[in-house]
Amino acid sequence: MYAVRMENITKRFGSVAANDGVCFAALPGEIHCLLGENGAGKSTLMRILFGLYRADSGSIYVNDRPAQIAGPRDAISLGIGMVHQHFMLAERLTVAENIVAGCEPRRRGLLDRECARRRIREVSERYGLAVDPDAVVEDISVGQQQRVEIVKALMRGARTLILDEPTAVLTPPEVDELFTVMRALRESGTAIVFITHKLKETMEISDRVTVLRDGKTIGTVCTADATPDSLVEMMVGRSLPVHDDERTPPRQAVLLELRDVSVAGRKGGRARLSGVSLAVRSGEVLGIAGVDGNGQLELEEVVTGLRRPGKGKIALTGQDVTGLDTGGIRDRGVAYIPSDRLKRGMVDSFSLARNSVLGTHRCADFSRRGLLLENAVREHARSIVAEYDVRAESIDQPMGSLSGGNQQKMLVGRELARPHSVVVAAQPTRGLDVGATHYIREQILASRNRGKAVLLISAELDEVLELSDRIAVIYEGRIVDVRPASQFTERELGLLMTGQRNEV
Amino acid sequence: MGLRGDVSRFAYSAIAVLLALVIGAVLIGTSGYSVKEAYSNLLMGAFGGVYSLATTVVMSTPLLFTGLAVALAFQCGLFNVGAEGQLYVGALASAVVALALSGLPPAFRVIIALTAGAGAGAALGFLPGYLKAKIGAHEVVTTIMLNYIAISLTTFLVKTYFRDPGPVDQTVLLPPGSRLPELVPGTRVSLGIVIGILAVALLDRVMRRSVLGYEIQAVGQNPHAAEYGGVNVAARTVQAMMISGAVAGLAGSVESMGTLYRFIPYFSPGYGFTGIAVAVIAGKSMWAVIPAAFLFGALQSGGQSMQLFAGIPMELMTMVQGLVILFVAAPALGSMLLKSRSRLSEKGGGRA
Repeated sequence: MYAVRMENITKRFGSVAANDGVCFAALPGEIHCLLGENGAGKSTLMRILFGLYRADSGSIYVNDRPAQIAGPRDAISLGIGMVHQHFMLAERLTVAENIVAGCEPRRRGLLDRECARRRIREVSERYGLAVDPDAVVEDISVGQQQRVEIVKALMRGARTLILDEPTAVLTPPEVDELFTVMRALRESGTAIVFITHKLKETMEISDRVTVLRDGKTIGTVCTADATPDSLVEMMVGRSLPVHDDERTPPRQAVLLELRDVSVAGRKGGRARLSGVSLAVRSGEVLGIAGVDGNGQLELEEVVTGLRRPGKGKIALTGQDVTGLDTGGIRDRGVAYIPSDRLKRGMVDSFSLARNSVLGTHRCADFSRRGLLLENAVREHARSIVAEYDVRAESIDQPMGSLSGGNQQKMLVGRELARPHSVVVAAQPTRGLDVGATHYIREQILASRNRGKAVLLISAELDEVLELSDRIAVIYEGRIVDVRPASQFTERELGLLMTGQRNEV
Repeated sequence: MGLRGDVSRFAYSAIAVLLALVIGAVLIGTSGYSVKEAYSNLLMGAFGGVYSLATTVVMSTPLLFTGLAVALAFQCGLFNVGAEGQLYVGALASAVVALALSGLPPAFRVIIALTAGAGAGAALGFLPGYLKAKIGAHEVVTTIMLNYIAISLTTFLVKTYFRDPGPVDQTVLLPPGSRLPELVPGTRVSLGIVIGILAVALLDRVMRRSVLGYEIQAVGQNPHAAEYGGVNVAARTVQAMMISGAVAGLAGSVESMGTLYRFIPYFSPGYGFTGIAVAVIAGKSMWAVIPAAFLFGALQSGGQSMQLFAGIPMELMTMVQGLVILFVAAPALGSMLLKSRSRLSEKGGGRA
């Protein structure tokens, strides 16, 4: 008996088929990964199951009985729960109030808080989902908010739980906790649909995997019979070549140097960066490993001139650039892939063409006597689109209309096309699918192989390990260790990143 | 915005005007007036004959400038509510300079006096721009405050230093050589409207083709990305406010030099504020300021003749104008205010 079964589901948005005859089935007591690249149709399929979209055709069975799901209300009454990527919580209310909203236990017309608390405790103890019913949602961490969403779904009797990219917002320790909870739920017979595009997580947690590509089901396999390579091939339709590792050996010239750089915290709080000294040489990638929020953003901003260091010196190719603004620093040869591409990296209402010269628009190539050289700008945009395989209809469409992966390719293309000797790449593949991630990592390595100095700041440990020649570990604003990448084990890095230096 | 966007926006505006007129008809009817008489007077007053058309053009001219001024500030994400005050200082500066230079040849007088008006407006625009760039003071608040200051200051200056020795608080009449030449003899249609259209053409080009326009728009759309791209956000903010102020100052110049031929305290029926409506209806396009200004000019001049010949209070026409603004502009204005609010709170909230 299947917990849920979806047959020949088709859903069109305009002329695009987001789901095209998709079949999917999940068993009770299994963790079923729904794997595919961004835009493959995973979320659409699950939104149909949860009643947020109506399928154009196809049928749904719950516990082998045909089901009509016209809205989330129907889905919930059939025992289907969904935790969205963006949580649907009222920030000012307490955890308990959020969880019972919509089905409040009442006593004499008033909310029975004691009863609500008791029921929440029951659920949270049964599955190891520690939540504090009296905490206000805006005060708790993202990981805890996610747990609140899960408890909410379970309290409404979910026997099938859909998790839409739940790990995207979590830190590595939080991911481990989530997986523990998922295993406990599996033991209790809940069917878990885990939407993801991360292979490592798929291999670690799932029992079976269904792969979608371009809105079609490619197949369902048992995880035990699959390898990461076989899954990639199913996802992208071809196997990805191993990164080409031919390269010039690192030369000695230090292109980027930080000496004793500190950044004060807000209102006398803990310093965001304290006494950071780093040197990045020509032809090497220096990776910064650390749990998000340990000073990576400040490091990124201080190096690129978005933030002035409180003390310390920054030098580019031996020249002191401390205190220069972004324009000044970037003109001295810094290509910069910002961690927040939507906020920093582009003007989403501008066309691709106009975005392609953001930061170089004052160069002689693109403007003369105060006027933009329209043809040169368009030519430049076209060459980036072609060279970096940006999937776009036209260079006149707004940047915001591209998918995240294509936006990032455009941005990386723009940055690597400008004259530079140093690359600052912050979270360069965050939120991207396997294909785009692979492509962008290749570009970063190619840049290194041409003798650039690359400072890679990434919260993905795998990425840091894969790309770096040397790794510096950052913890609470300090560099706690720097060594050649080969001299770290993953376990060591994990301990250093979480501040357990003495145990190494 | 592509051509299709412009067309649909035009259609949308036309429907809004029609809707406003229909509701206006209901209001006029229920107030006990004849709708037919009201609207025929409105139409005749706005477009019926040379004199009516001339009045419409005269009333559109300052709106063309103030509308352009507000639209320009929008491009940089700024809401310039100060066009009214900038118009007053521009009008006084032009009148005073035009009077003082009566020894020079007329062409020089006019050009220098216009420059003075633009300069005064720019100076008044500088202040809120600078305060915004340096300490984050919201321009809506500072420009509103400066409106009061500018209007009172110009009145004070006229009373104290530039007063015509007659019974009324006003400057002396400009001699013919200090005025903007009449375009259509016998009407008050002056060169001002031509200057206005040239200003639209010039600023449209600046916005779409120049590095300055690119940077101003980048700051308006996403100041964080502009900063990332090496744009001096503070400088562009100040410059955008100054250009906007200069254009609003010119609105005053063409009034004092081309229509009134002197400076009169409290002369403006709110051209600076109607300019906001003009800019919102025009949207992102500079060129669209021209028809938008003309629409409000027509409603104004038609409304006057409605009051004069049909005895229908001007207030009813003002309500129709308000309805037009409501239907066309409310969604656009709402989303813009939300945007500027979220920008503000981002600034205040710091990083999480």
